[in-house]
Amino acid sequence: MKRPLRFLWPWLALAALFALAPKVFSSGTALTMMSVMGVMIIFALSYNMLLGQTGLLSFGHAVYYGLGGFVAIHAMNAVIHGKLGVPVAIMPIVGGLAGLAFGVLFGLVSTRRAGLVFSMISLGIGELVSSSSFILRTFFGGEEGITTNRAKLAPLFGLKFGPQTEVYYLIAIWCFLCIAAMYALTRTPFGRICNAVRDNPERVQYIGYSAQRIRLIAFSFAAFFAGIAGALAAINFEIMNAQQLGAQQSAVVLLMTYIGGVGYFVGPILGAVIITFLQINLSDVTNAWQLYFGLMFIGFVSFAPGGVAGWLTRHREAARSGEFRRLAPAYVLVAPGLAAGLIGAAMLIELANRQLALARSEGSAMNLFGFAVDASSIAPWALALVLFAGGVAMSWRLWSKVGDAWGSVNAGLRARGRA
Amino acid sequence: MLQLIAFSTLNGVLYGMLLFMLASGLTLVFSMMGVLNFAHVSFYMLGAYFGFEIERRLGFWPGFFVAPLAVGLIGAAVERFGLRRLHRLGHVSELLFTFGLAFVIEEIVQMIWGKLPVDYRVPPSLDFVAFRLFDTTYPAYRMFMLVTAVAIFAALVVVLKRTRVGLVIQAALTHPDMVAMLGHDVPRMFMLVFGAGAALAGLAGVIAGPALVTQPSMAALLGPILFVVIVVGGLGSLAGAFFASLLIGLIQTFAVAMNGSLAEVFGPVAPPFLGDLWQVTIAELAPIIPYLLLVIVLIVRPTGLMGTRES
Repeated sequence: MKRPLRFLWPWLALAALFALAPKVFSSGTALTMMSVMGVMIIFALSYNMLLGQTGLLSFGHAVYYGLGGFVAIHAMNAVIHGKLGVPVAIMPIVGGLAGLAFGVLFGLVSTRRAGLVFSMISLGIGELVSSSSFILRTFFGGEEGITTNRAKLAPLFGLKFGPQTEVYYLIAIWCFLCIAAMYALTRTPFGRICNAVRDNPERVQYIGYSAQRIRLIAFSFAAFFAGIAGALAAINFEIMNAQQLGAQQSAVVLLMTYIGGVGYFVGPILGAVIITFLQINLSDVTNAWQLYFGLMFIGFVSFAPGGVAGWLTRHREAARSGEFRRLAPAYVLVAPGLAAGLIGAAMLIELANRQLALARSEGSAMNLFGFAVDASSIAPWALALVLFAGGVAMSWRLWSKVGDAWGSVNAGLRARGRA
Repeated sequence: MLQLIAFSTLNGVLYGMLLFMLASGLTLVFSMMGVLNFAHVSFYMLGAYFGFEIERRLGFWPGFFVAPLAVGLIGAAVERFGLRRLHRLGHVSELLFTFGLAFVIEEIVQMIWGKLPVDYRVPPSLDFVAFRLFDTTYPAYRMFMLVTAVAIFAALVVVLKRTRVGLVIQAALTHPDMVAMLGHDVPRMFMLVFGAGAALAGLAGVIAGPALVTQPSMAALLGPILFVVIVVGGLGSLAGAFFASLLIGLIQTFAVAMNGSLAEVFGPVAPPFLGDLWQVTIAELAPIIPYLLLVIVLIVRPTGLMGTRES
């Protein structure tokens, strides 16, 4: 009785979260943002089937997302044109199958090798497809892209999916199904053999599997789910253009997945939610937001390769075993320096952005963390430099305390046989 | 026709040599450190922008010498303070670090110099007609680019094949541990090679900036082609990178000059669903030819034309 309950409650909580989120955050912008988050969760999870679970670093995953979206949008237009009785709610299957078809096709080419060769082929195929989009204009719609009207498709249970709320729930249901399916896949023998291919392909060959075939199957699955995400994006935005399958989109999904944490199933979900939130909100606050993204990514690669999920897991383990008290003093010690360094860095970026990019057209007066500041005067620059340099120097010197604290925490965990 | 062949060959070789200036550093760094440096083209872009900034204040020639040095120093710093720390985390972390770095450099360049192309001009001392062939003129600046690229190529060959430093570098490509045992400071050598590669990329940027367009997307436009070059040539093979650079340079230049399409060969009426494909000219296909080549080469010969290792 207890086991199924333990197994079920995260899923019930997730379903409740999906169902109740629009009740809590009911504004139009929040609803739009949560719809995008749902799409990106599927996309990032599908990417992690490659990177995290099978060890394939792809630079062209947006190809399957974009092609799935384009096929779905053409299918929707065909349904509207032919007045067929197909509801919009099943269009993600069309997108998924399109993703799968292209995944098998390109996968046959690219999964013959793992490692760098795979990465390079994925980059090449990504460029190939995104440059073809300017040649095959009928399919890709050239610069403007292809548009559709989701409300003109046949209704399902009386729902026409015109209003954003209905679209949100459509995305939420698909997102829940895809999360469940992808999680289930990691628990099957196939999911396990994928991990084995990631860790030691040679040994996999010795026990009688073809690493190449497993890479191909994993690749096709990932493309299938990316296609579903693309179709949902097409339904959500009612437009698809060549940017959706370009290098930028492929980079975004890599950033999301890595920042979330590739070693954990929930990592990409966290990454998709965090990055989408930042993408939409940060761009209102500062127009240097892409720079913050890049720096954040470098920061994660250098200091927290486990991503957000890895960081949380480590702290949860420490907290559970009561070792957290060893960490707290070190964190308190290092926090002021770290905060000063980050604030100083943000000030420098904002001042530089104002002075270099915006001063000519909008003047050098600006609002920095609520203070009115003139970016052409020396004082704010000096303060920012002092904060940044001082903060970095302090964190640098005190960081060893955090390292020591973690050392003793890990020793404690080992002593209890948990690490 | 003869005119087309002559000028396309000249431009193709020029473009190829420029590609090789970038590819040589990239492939050397890859074979020594196992890192595929995504930020390599960003160094090329930095070179162009530094060259532009110095040209605006002091003139072209100071920029020609100073900008590559500055870019080389930045490259060495990136290796010393960024990549060296990440070495213990493995190659994927290092690759992702350079990927993020390329992203950041593009954003910083956009912030400083704006999103629009900057007005980086050919210096007056090189702004004349070099020669006239079949009633078409060829600018002297292009000849200057060609001469510079060939000189760099020759210098690279001499340094790598004929000097002591070159021999140690070559040894470190395949047997870094043994070279370290013999008392050479291998991490320092990595830093120097990385810095030198960045400086070469910077120099390519300085001389390409006035001829091509100096804009924030120049790195992202050239980057994938550069990867095609080193993969087609064979990862880590300098000779392969040289031939692949020339090959891609020539193919792209010739393709741009050609206008044939399926419609011209088989008549204007296209079979169903192929309307777009029927009208496409070879010139329009030029941007995707390198990627087609990449995919074909990797299917037929995964090690590349002259490579010995796969990853």
